[in-house]
Amino acid sequence: MSRLRLRGLTKTFGATTVVDGVDLTLEEGEFVSLLGPSGCGKTTTLRMIAGFVAPTAGSIEMDGQELSSPAGVVPPERRRMSMIFQSYAIWPNMTVAENVAFGLKLRKLPADELRQRVREILGIVQMGHLAERYPAELSGGQQQRVALARAIVVKPSVLLLDEPLSNLDANLREEMRFEIRRLHDEFRFTTVYVTHDQAEAMATSDRIAVMHAGRIEQLDVPHLLYTRPRTRFVAGFIGRTNLLQARLEGGEVGFTGFAFNAAQIGIAAEGAPRDVLFSVRPQGMCLHNVPPADASQRPMLAADVIGRTYLGECWDYMVAPRGSALQLRVAAPPLQVHDVGESVWLEFDPRQMALVG
Amino acid sequence: MIEPATLIWVALIVVLLFLVAGPMLKLLAVSFERLGSGTFTFNNYLQAYGRARYLEALGNSLVLGVASSALAVLFAVPMAWAVSRTDMPGKALVWFVVMGAFVVPPYLGAIGWILLAGPNSGVINTVWHWISGTDSALVNIYSFPGLAFVIALHSFPLIFIFVKSALDLVSSEMEDAANILGAGTAAATRKITLPLVWPSILGGIILVFLETVALFGTPAIIGIPARINVVTTQLWQFFEYPVRVEVAAAYAMPLLLITMALIGSQKLMLARKGYVSQTGKGGERRPIRLGAWRWALFGWCGLVGALAVAMPLLVLLQASFAKAWGRGLSFDNLTLNNYTFLIFRHEMALISIWNTLWYSAAAATLAVLIALLVAYIVNRRLVPFGGVLSFLAMAPFVIPGIVMAIGFYAAYAAPPVALYGTAAILILAFTARFLPIAFASSTAALRAVHPEMEEAARILGSGRLRTIAQITAPLVRKSLIGGWLIVFIVASRELSAAIFLVGPKTRTMAVLLYDLSEAGNFEQLAAFGGILLTITMVLVGIGMKLAGRDFMLRRM
Ligand SMILES: Nc1ncnc2c1ncn2[C@@H]1O[C@H](COP(=O)(O)OP(=O)(O)OP(=O)(O)O)[C@@H](O)[C@H]1O
Ligand SMILES: [Mg+2]
Repeated sequence: MSRLRLRGLTKTFGATTVVDGVDLTLEEGEFVSLLGPSGCGKTTTLRMIAGFVAPTAGSIEMDGQELSSPAGVVPPERRRMSMIFQSYAIWPNMTVAENVAFGLKLRKLPADELRQRVREILGIVQMGHLAERYPAELSGGQQQRVALARAIVVKPSVLLLDEPLSNLDANLREEMRFEIRRLHDEFRFTTVYVTHDQAEAMATSDRIAVMHAGRIEQLDVPHLLYTRPRTRFVAGFIGRTNLLQARLEGGEVGFTGFAFNAAQIGIAAEGAPRDVLFSVRPQGMCLHNVPPADASQRPMLAADVIGRTYLGECWDYMVAPRGSALQLRVAAPPLQVHDVGESVWLEFDPRQMALVG
Repeated sequence: MIEPATLIWVALIVVLLFLVAGPMLKLLAVSFERLGSGTFTFNNYLQAYGRARYLEALGNSLVLGVASSALAVLFAVPMAWAVSRTDMPGKALVWFVVMGAFVVPPYLGAIGWILLAGPNSGVINTVWHWISGTDSALVNIYSFPGLAFVIALHSFPLIFIFVKSALDLVSSEMEDAANILGAGTAAATRKITLPLVWPSILGGIILVFLETVALFGTPAIIGIPARINVVTTQLWQFFEYPVRVEVAAAYAMPLLLITMALIGSQKLMLARKGYVSQTGKGGERRPIRLGAWRWALFGWCGLVGALAVAMPLLVLLQASFAKAWGRGLSFDNLTLNNYTFLIFRHEMALISIWNTLWYSAAAATLAVLIALLVAYIVNRRLVPFGGVLSFLAMAPFVIPGIVMAIGFYAAYAAPPVALYGTAAILILAFTARFLPIAFASSTAALRAVHPEMEEAARILGSGRLRTIAQITAPLVRKSLIGGWLIVFIVASRELSAAIFLVGPKTRTMAVLLYDLSEAGNFEQLAAFGGILLTITMVLVGIGMKLAGRDFMLRRM
């Protein structure tokens, strides 16, 4: 039985639908991110899971039991979940240790065990030495660690995080990203993580649900989300990409100014002719000075370098296929230098050509 | 199923209707009713405005409002500019002056000024006689200018605080930009800085104007002997036997309408934030170097301080320990009798102290409790239409105290509610009158508590009530104590609402002070004022300790 299940979850405020029929299933111990631009309904979804917001339609189940539906909502305090908030919400009138102990006290743990668990968890988040401090005396990163400790010390059935790193500076954010994943690997709490930062989602998650305008556009493991986006939105939102229009007709894929054999790029081209859209990452193509021996078997064409930027980790070339108005961005390793104006051979990797519409 | 939140919401609506809407609607109804008959009439209005004397009082109030706000601007704006923008020495002194003027009840200041500038034996005139050898009076407080002057000396802090906080937001770069284009300090101040804070000055003027036209104590103490009739004293006369509530109700309407209109326009004006607050961030602020002029400004602040606080308080202090205040400072004129008489022999003094303390405490508690509940429900959006609740809680802000008191009298003094002469009617009236203060401080306190603070507790397993008790309450406690103390302090000196609602057994200190002033025994009056001030000071001290130095000044 899966741990958490959202079915057709919908929320409308007045006339606007903010979350629109979200279906999502988390297995026990799974770490899933909700990733999407600002205002796409991530927080609202998370707050419905937590029980702070009642759904307009659809339902939420945990371990097979219904928690939320338009008919009724189990209040947050009876869901055995934990949540980490964007503002951390560390109570300023309690010490670090008191903050962490709060949830355990509510669970009526014996005093010894309570102290033991608080000490243990503070050790794990490297805050043991600051147990008696007040939050005002902590840095942002330390407050974040307290929030983490407070949320996981109660061994929640589901752990919810709402952009927990967005208030930290860039270095700390990267460090905490790994910290969150490390804690997950250690405790394996079922986790829903909300963020609008794709690198964060990639580094932490087992699976990522990309949200757009209240809907889940694609739910996939991180690397497939990057190489095989299924919608135009996902292709554009995750990383940089080239969008290419094409027409499927008679076993051929016709792009503007050039065409490939459909079989060559792994596309089934039967049926009536139709227009399609491909997403090709800059890393999904490569440049050659001379065509390889088996060039005719590969999707390849002559092109001109019309611009270039050196980004340190790679070259970012702007390439125009000969006889086409298209301009494509192609990534190449630092030592592969082409001058502007040079003629090159541009090769596509069929596995990285994703059909997005 | 009915949610508990809904029940509380309904209960709060009922309470607020009783406290706020009831008296006001009754006032309106009574003003159009042939007394006790239930039939409609315009007669009350004809009566209220049918005599030149009554109309003249209305005119006097307006002129008085304009005059005292103009004087208050004169006192306050240079002080605010000096403190906020310049290198004037002794800024701490200005803070004492402003606090002092706030803490001293207006009617005590008025009595102080009678002792200072009474036409015959006022201290200033006595000194003048002695210097000049004549026996003509130099100053006469029993005059229209005298009245405006005394009121302005009490109310200028309102303008000071408005203008200073606006000036604090103007960055020096604004002035630098004018300097670089060739404007000197004076020109930059006149052409750039002051126009930037003009909305705040105007906002302050409106508040002082409204406070002046709604003020009862000072016009009664100075104006009645001087035969200057204003709206509030005229309202009081309608309450002399035989009580004519219906005429008073009709007569009070312009006061209510003017207040609502001006507060409305002030809100609109200050809502045009484009002016100041956007320039607040970043910009460095450097005090303007004044050179020798700084001493001139310092002198001005000192003068206002002396007139508003030091002189009236000193003369009251002297009078309170004197056998006869006119005989001045000498050893054989010293006595403790005024105090001992009040405390041990006066039939009402102790009772009124006790009344004042517990009425104020009860009103402060009720006001903070209601305000906190309303603020919580509105702020956390627990119910639909929360706006109705906050509207009702804020409404008394646009109702002059004296009008509210007449409304309470009309609605609840007579049967069936029959609260006349009880403590309850005073406590409820104070609660309603000061509800906006409590509401503002509760709202501010709750806003400072991020809702996620509560949600963090909920998700860890704590129910709503436990969360409020264990998380929210400790976090807002400090500001609530501050709010409670402010309501207590303003309630403990409230005169205009109390005087219409007290019965023989429920006199408060403010009312008794007014009684004593009518009797003309200034030594006892001063001593009783001293007791009231001492109580206030103790509370202010506690408040500063618990809620921060400026807690009184934040009440607007
Ligand atoms: N209580 C509410 N009433 C009305 N509209 C709301 C409410 N809460 C959220 N919204 C609206 O719903 C939309 C989605 O909000 P939500 O907070 O879920 O977005 P988000 O994906 O978390 O965005 P962000 O990345 O900016 O946090 C927004 O347009 C927001 O204005
Ligand atoms: Mg959000």
